[in-house]
Amino acid sequence: MSSRDLILARVRRAIADVPRDDTPYDQAFERGYLREHGDRSVEQTVDLLAENLADYRARVHRCDADGLAETIARLLAERGSTSVVTPTGLDPEWLAAADVTRVPDRLDSTPAELDRVDSVVTACAVAIAETGTIVLDGGPDQGRRRITLVPDHHICVVRVPGQVVSSVPQGLERLDPARPLTWISGPSATSDIELDRVEGVHGPRTLEVVLVSGE
Amino acid sequence: MSGGTFVGMPSFPKAAHEAVNNKTLRGNLRHATHTIRAKRANAVAEVSDWAELREAGKQIKDHTLRHLDRYLVQLEESVTAAGGTVHWAADADEANRIVTYLVKATGESEVVKVKSMATQEIGLNEALEAEGINAYETDLAELIVQLGKDRPSHILVPAIHRNRGEIRDIFAREMSEWGRPAPEGLTDTPAELAEAARVHLREKFLRAKVGVSGANFMVAETGTLVVVESEGNGRMCLTLPETLISVVGIEKIVPAWQDLEVFLQTLPRSSTAERMNPYTSTWTGTTDEDGPQTFHLVLIDNGRTDTLADEVGRQALRCIRCSACLNVCPVYERAGGHAYGSVYPGPIGAILSPQLRGTQSEIDASLPYASSLCGACYDVCPVAIDIPEVLVHLRERVVEGGVVTRDGAKVVLKPAKGHAAERAAMRAARWAFGHPGALRTGQRFASRTRRFHPRTLPGPGKAWSETRALPTVPAEPFRDWWQRTHGGKDASK
Repeated sequence: MSSRDLILARVRRAIADVPRDDTPYDQAFERGYLREHGDRSVEQTVDLLAENLADYRARVHRCDADGLAETIARLLAERGSTSVVTPTGLDPEWLAAADVTRVPDRLDSTPAELDRVDSVVTACAVAIAETGTIVLDGGPDQGRRRITLVPDHHICVVRVPGQVVSSVPQGLERLDPARPLTWISGPSATSDIELDRVEGVHGPRTLEVVLVSGE
Repeated sequence: MSGGTFVGMPSFPKAAHEAVNNKTLRGNLRHATHTIRAKRANAVAEVSDWAELREAGKQIKDHTLRHLDRYLVQLEESVTAAGGTVHWAADADEANRIVTYLVKATGESEVVKVKSMATQEIGLNEALEAEGINAYETDLAELIVQLGKDRPSHILVPAIHRNRGEIRDIFAREMSEWGRPAPEGLTDTPAELAEAARVHLREKFLRAKVGVSGANFMVAETGTLVVVESEGNGRMCLTLPETLISVVGIEKIVPAWQDLEVFLQTLPRSSTAERMNPYTSTWTGTTDEDGPQTFHLVLIDNGRTDTLADEVGRQALRCIRCSACLNVCPVYERAGGHAYGSVYPGPIGAILSPQLRGTQSEIDASLPYASSLCGACYDVCPVAIDIPEVLVHLRERVVEGGVVTRDGAKVVLKPAKGHAAERAAMRAARWAFGHPGALRTGQRFASRTRRFHPRTLPGPGKAWSETRALPTVPAEPFRDWWQRTHGGKDASK
C-alpha cells in the first residue's frame, strides 16, 4: 500500500464517527464576523491606511497624479539612490523626473546583481486599511517577487481610493489565488530578541508608500 | 518525533526542576511572556468581532478535520494542476527520506530553511546532515538556536530563553564556523544583532538553489500555500531558490480561499500581537518566471491520524501554532519550553505531543500533568481548543489505560507506571463508598486518632505532602454530626 493510501485509510478510520450526511461546507459554519470594522467614509479609509502603515514604520507620502514623478524623484534623491529596479510594466512617467539608472527586471539577472541595486519602485494590487497592508500580485507594474525583496529600499505606489479596501475579507475578494501574492505590512521586522521590535532584517529595511490620488 | 534531541527526556517535573531554579532563564521568560501577553490583549481588543472570528475559525477547522480525506485529495489535485508535486509521508523517517532524496536529486548539498515546526518535529536538519547536506535556519531566533547548538523553547520565539547578552556572545563565537563572521566589536543592541544576522545570511540566500519551508495554511480549493512571517527570510527561501520543498502536516488545510479571511485576522493578533505580520507569501504551484520552478509538497501524518481518531483529543489539530497559550501559561512561564521535551512546548505541547507520540514514554506520560488547569490557555486560543478538557482526558488515559489508536491500529494501553498509589487509593475509595458501615467505622477511627496524624504522608505520598498542607480531620465525622443534630435543626432551637 502506498503511503498516500495508507494515510487516507487512516484518516477515514479516524473519522468513522462522522455521519455520512454531515453538514456540507457551505452550511457548516456561520460567518458571524464583520466584513469590515467600523463605518468609514472613503476618505477616512484612506486616512486609516496611512495611519496604520505609519504605525508599523512605513514612510507614507501623499501626492496627486501630476506630482507623482516628482515625489518619486525626491524620495530617491533623499535616499541617495543611483540605481532603481523597475518592473516591466511600470508606467515610465513615474520615473521621468528621477536621475537614476534604471535596471529592468530581467529573467536572467542573478540575485547577486539585484543585491547591488539601491531601490525598487512598484505599483500594488490592493491595499488594506485596517491592517496597514499592501498586497503585490506580480502584475506587470509590480514585477516578480524577488525585486521587492532583495533591494533595501522599496517605493510602492498605491492609487487612492481605487486600490484601497477596508478589511482583510474585502482584500481577499479582490485577489486571484492563482497568482503569487506578497502581503506587506511595514518594512521587514523582527521581535526575536527580548521581543524588542527591530525594523529591518532580510527584506527592505525602508518601505515608502506613496498614496497617489486623482489617477 | 524530533530526531535525537528529545529522546530519553526525563519526566516534566524532573526536566522543569533545573529551569525553575535558573534565575536568568526565569527573568528572560517572565519579561518576554508578560510583554507579549499585554500586547496581544490590546491587539485583540481592537477588533470588536473577536468572539465571532474565533468561533468561525474553530468551526472551519473542525469541519475540515471531519472531512479531511476529501480535502486532502482535493488539495493534491489542485497542487498538481498548478505544477507542483505532492508526496505523502506516514512518519518522520519517511518524510526525511523523501526530502533528502529530493535535495540530492538537485545535486545540491545545502538548503536554506524558513522556520517550520513540522521539519523540527521530524528532525529534518539532523537527517539531512547525516546525508551530508547542510540545512541553514534563517529565522533570526532559529539562527540563534542553531548557532548556540541549542533547542527551540517557544513556538513563535524559539530563542525566548536567551537575552541580548547571550545572543551577542553566541554570534561573536559561532558565526565564523558557519559562514560570514560577526562584525568586530558587535554590541548587544537588538538592531546590531539583527544587522549581523542579515549580513551573515544574505550570502546564503543569494546562492541558495534549494529552499525548505513549512506552511501556515494550505487551501484545498486552489492548492495555495501560505507562509506568514516578519523578517523576510521566508520570502527569501520561498522566492530565490530554483527548487522549493514544503513539508506540511496534513491538518493544515482550510477548504477555501475565503477561509483565510478568518485566520489572517486571528493568527497575527494572537501570535505577535500585530494587526498584520510584516510579510505573508502565498503561492499556488509554480508560476512562470517568478519564484521556484520546481515545487514539492510533502504531506506528513506522523501521528496526526492517530490524534484525529480520538474524539476528545482531535481538537488539538485545530491549532494554528500562534503560541498565545504559551505566553499566558503560569507553568510555561516558570518551567520554560525545554522542560516539555518536545518541539511543541507549553499548553498546546502538553496535549499535542502525547497524542502525536503516544503516552508510553516517561516525558509523554507526565505532560498532561504539566498544568494547573487554570484555563487561561483556552481563553486566549484563537481556535478555541479546550486544552484543559484534553489534559484531563489524557490524564485519564495515562492512569487508566484503555483503547487508543497508534500507527493507525487500535491498541489497548496498560495504565502507566508510577500511578500505582493513585490507582490503589481510588480503588480503596470506591470500595469504602460502597460499604457505608466500613466508611463510618473508618471515619470515627480517623476522628479519634486525629491528634496522632502525621503532618506529611509516608511512602509515595511524601513528595506530594511536602508542598501541600494535609487536610485536618474534624473531631466528629459529618455523618455523626448530622445524625446528632438532624442537620443543624437542633442547633437553631
